[in-house]
Amino acid sequence: MTVDRRTFVKGCAGVLATPYLVKNAFAEETIKVASIHDASGVLDILGKPMAAMTQMAIDEINAGGGLLGKKIELKSYDTQSNNQLYGQYATEAATRYKVAAVFGAVTSASREIVRPILRRYKTLYFYSTQYEGGVCDRNIFCLGTTPGQKTEKIIPYAMNKFGKRVYTVAADYNFGHIVSKWHEKVVTENGGTFEGVEFFPLEQTDFGPTLKKIQSIQPDFVMADLVGSNHIGFFRQWVSSGMADRIGLASTIFGTGNEQLFTNPREHNGILTSACYFPEIDTPENKDFIARAAKATGSDRSPINELPAMSYYAPQLWAEAVRSAGSFDRDAVTKALEGNLTYKGPGGPITVDAESHHVTHDIYIAEAWDHGFKILERYENLPPSDTAAVCDLAANPSDTKQYVLGN
Amino acid sequence: MSIEILPAAQCSRTTVIPMIKEISIATAATTAAIVAALAFPHVAELYTLINVTIFISLCVLALSLGLVWGYGGIFCLGQAVFFGLGGYSYAIASLNFGDTTYGVAASLLVPMIFAAAVGYFIFWGRIGDVYVGVITLTITLIFSQLLNGSAGDAYVIGSVPLGGFNGIPMTPPLNIPGKAEEMLSPEAIFQVAILALAAAYLVCRVYLASKLGKTMVAIRENETRAELLGYDTRVVKLITFVIGAGLAGAAGMLFANSLTVTPNMFSLSITAQIVIWVLIGGRGTLLGPLVGCIFVQVITTQLGTSGFLNPEIILGGILIMFVMFVPSGLVPALRQVTERLIRRPLKWRK
Amino acid sequence: MDYICILIIQVISSIAMLVLLAIGLAIMFGMMKVINFAHGEFIMVGAYTSVMSVNAGLNFWLATFVVAPLAVAFVGFIVERVIIRHLYGRIIETMLATWGLSLFMIGTVTIVFGNTVTGISAPLGSISIGRFSNSTYDLVLIVMAAALLVACALFLRRTNLGLIARAAMQNADITAVLGHEPKKIYCATFVVGAAISGLSGALIAPLTGVSPGMGLAFVAKAFITVICAGPAVIFGTGLVAAVFGTVNTAVTFVATPVFGEVALLLSAIILLRVMPKGLTARIMRKAL
Repeated sequence: MTVDRRTFVKGCAGVLATPYLVKNAFAEETIKVASIHDASGVLDILGKPMAAMTQMAIDEINAGGGLLGKKIELKSYDTQSNNQLYGQYATEAATRYKVAAVFGAVTSASREIVRPILRRYKTLYFYSTQYEGGVCDRNIFCLGTTPGQKTEKIIPYAMNKFGKRVYTVAADYNFGHIVSKWHEKVVTENGGTFEGVEFFPLEQTDFGPTLKKIQSIQPDFVMADLVGSNHIGFFRQWVSSGMADRIGLASTIFGTGNEQLFTNPREHNGILTSACYFPEIDTPENKDFIARAAKATGSDRSPINELPAMSYYAPQLWAEAVRSAGSFDRDAVTKALEGNLTYKGPGGPITVDAESHHVTHDIYIAEAWDHGFKILERYENLPPSDTAAVCDLAANPSDTKQYVLGN
Repeated sequence: MSIEILPAAQCSRTTVIPMIKEISIATAATTAAIVAALAFPHVAELYTLINVTIFISLCVLALSLGLVWGYGGIFCLGQAVFFGLGGYSYAIASLNFGDTTYGVAASLLVPMIFAAAVGYFIFWGRIGDVYVGVITLTITLIFSQLLNGSAGDAYVIGSVPLGGFNGIPMTPPLNIPGKAEEMLSPEAIFQVAILALAAAYLVCRVYLASKLGKTMVAIRENETRAELLGYDTRVVKLITFVIGAGLAGAAGMLFANSLTVTPNMFSLSITAQIVIWVLIGGRGTLLGPLVGCIFVQVITTQLGTSGFLNPEIILGGILIMFVMFVPSGLVPALRQVTERLIRRPLKWRK
Repeated sequence: MDYICILIIQVISSIAMLVLLAIGLAIMFGMMKVINFAHGEFIMVGAYTSVMSVNAGLNFWLATFVVAPLAVAFVGFIVERVIIRHLYGRIIETMLATWGLSLFMIGTVTIVFGNTVTGISAPLGSISIGRFSNSTYDLVLIVMAAALLVACALFLRRTNLGLIARAAMQNADITAVLGHEPKKIYCATFVVGAAISGLSGALIAPLTGVSPGMGLAFVAKAFITVICAGPAVIFGTGLVAAVFGTVNTAVTFVATPVFGEVALLLSAIILLRVMPKGLTARIMRKAL
């Protein structure tokens, strides 16, 4: 990174014939891939572990002898929670280093900056964050869970536990709006009543009026799909206004921001949530994985949740595809992935859905408890049916849209 | 002392020579820009080119506040609004009409019309300097709130959803006017950006050299005096404000070409950055904001990626240092130093 | 009936929140014409101090009422000595320097504590009003906001020190001639403003997440409230907070939180246009 800044400075100074600028496409003993994550700034809480786990996956691939006899070299970029840098780094990775694949982007906004750039420069792209779904583009594979995969299980579960009248609060951006539509759909399909929804801007800190509104509606439980540091206040104010004993709380994303670490047990005990990965999964593979991850992230209170776990899966899935294709070529690897390729991760297997370029997941339902989770239920191999319903890349390979997943 | 600080009303011969100097600087700068525009894409790699294009768009933005605040004395914390409006109008008009030429027109017109309305509201209300800052800051916050809250089906203009926090993805790059299919390459967009910067610079220079521009500087120095001399200060301020908004809109359009438009364009951090660029570079110069902008951009990206110091600490520290020790900014300070060095042998004349 | 009751409490607690956010800044701006853009970070440091002290085992009330104000007063003292002192009388320069300070403080706290959210739970539990329950701590905030307003007003009006402070603000030279050093008075005022900001931060901490960037969510609102208040800072801040808090809560109830915020900001613009020198420049000019 220092090299090209320097290049830029020199470029401005008029020293343009530096050797760095000579494109080197000669004999490569290593294959380059790139990781682009917000490892500092506001989003570092999400981006840092994601970057660390991508690094760990590549290190493990290399420790196992590399791929097709070649070592993999990871170019790591820190976008500092500044979307402007995503465009710059993605272009650099694709055009300067001609990387074989790019892993990364934390938010949907940053993904939408990276995606067209990598498509233009024909560079394979893996996105590992849980998101609102609907991206339909043959150049990208999305490993994150989508609203359909989670809501279809957790809402009936919560309705069974708490009751049938549901209110939703959600973060005021695309994800929140789309997810809340799914809540409404699933609630009514299961014979419940959807009592309404309130969206909070990401910088909202005072939830008083909404808490009063919820009290006057008296739902059986509230689906709280809130995002970011300011929204932690919701759970605090929820408890301090005495609502914890009266109304249930569930969420499809509680834990993805490690909220269970930043709130007190009194504030989070009993919140239902769901994910395709929890560190508490009780298998030998996962215990081993957690131990390795703790070493890689340098912390024992491991922040590994669904996002970093999928950031680990993504390079592994790519490696499977490279092995199966016998080539690093983008088209060959894409074809291999489209052959319903499966990778068995520590949280369960994921299988690529050829039509939508999303993956099937094992979904767990858990209850937040004492800074961790108690796993209550597991559902296997849930297909990304929400995106698959609108996206068919086999029939329509030049599609690049992000569909809005409606009812 | 830099000449621009003299009120126009009291300058006669003293301003003529520097004026010629300024204009020759302008010509030289423009020529250099055009040469660079032609040459740079042939030697630089693509990613450098795209980075520099982004920097150039931000330079245009810096220039806009350099004019409005540095020369016009209007402490506007709403430049980010015009920047964002430019970007959003470009994206929305281009996607709706299919031809980015309409987008370019919209990116200039929408911010200017909005600025005219806001300017009328502020300047005819006789609102003083700090209060102008507060009102424009409040407008910035309103836009930031509204656009961040524009996710969902209710917020669609034509066929384009505003997209809330995520903004409008897939903003189309410029195309040759009338031929929507022929999109410009990043190299060509770079050249367009350079030419736009040169054009923006010339607009400012011509405006400053005009009678209106001189009146503007006189108003900055002493509004009451200018009024007593019979100038309608409200109109002059309004014109300055609107020109600044047009420039910021153009910057937003260029920025949208290299990246996508998001509500971040309206954010407090952009607002802060524009002010910092102008302050560091120097108020009352046109070169200053450009220098300040590039300086801050290079520093934040360079030191930020090296990771040993937090970019916020650096930026904050720089800002404090400049306010306290170099309040006039880099360019005037350097000018002062060089002038002193040149004049030293002639000191006895005093 | 209980619904109306809970609505009224909500409106009053929104007003109290605004008062708490703005009062520290109001003292600095109203008394010294210093716009402290790092005000949000003063609040943030107050919140952090309180959280850290509580985590270290200190009593919540002690941390809130003693440790946090003292810590931020100390920060304020250093800031006054190093930066503010050299920029008196230059409103925009002070504002820009404190803007830099704001970034600097966010960066420093990020390095020290990491960019993570911490926090403490609100003490005291909740009380029931009919079908509804309300956080008891909300009521503490309301009482505290009122107490701070009254205390500031009484201090300025009834005490000798308050009189000297007011005199220095009106005419520093004459106050100096009378044997009171304006620099010391300014410094003391700034430190008091900082201490109150620290107290506000500590009081707000149990409601929100405490993170390095939390001040950004507050500073603009506090700033706008104070500017709209006009010359009678203390009274004006209370009055403007009442207007804004009511508008915000009412619109949030009938529409959404976004429109609530926008309505608050729009009413600020209209207020400033109609009364360019602030609310109390037109009405209640005799107040403080």
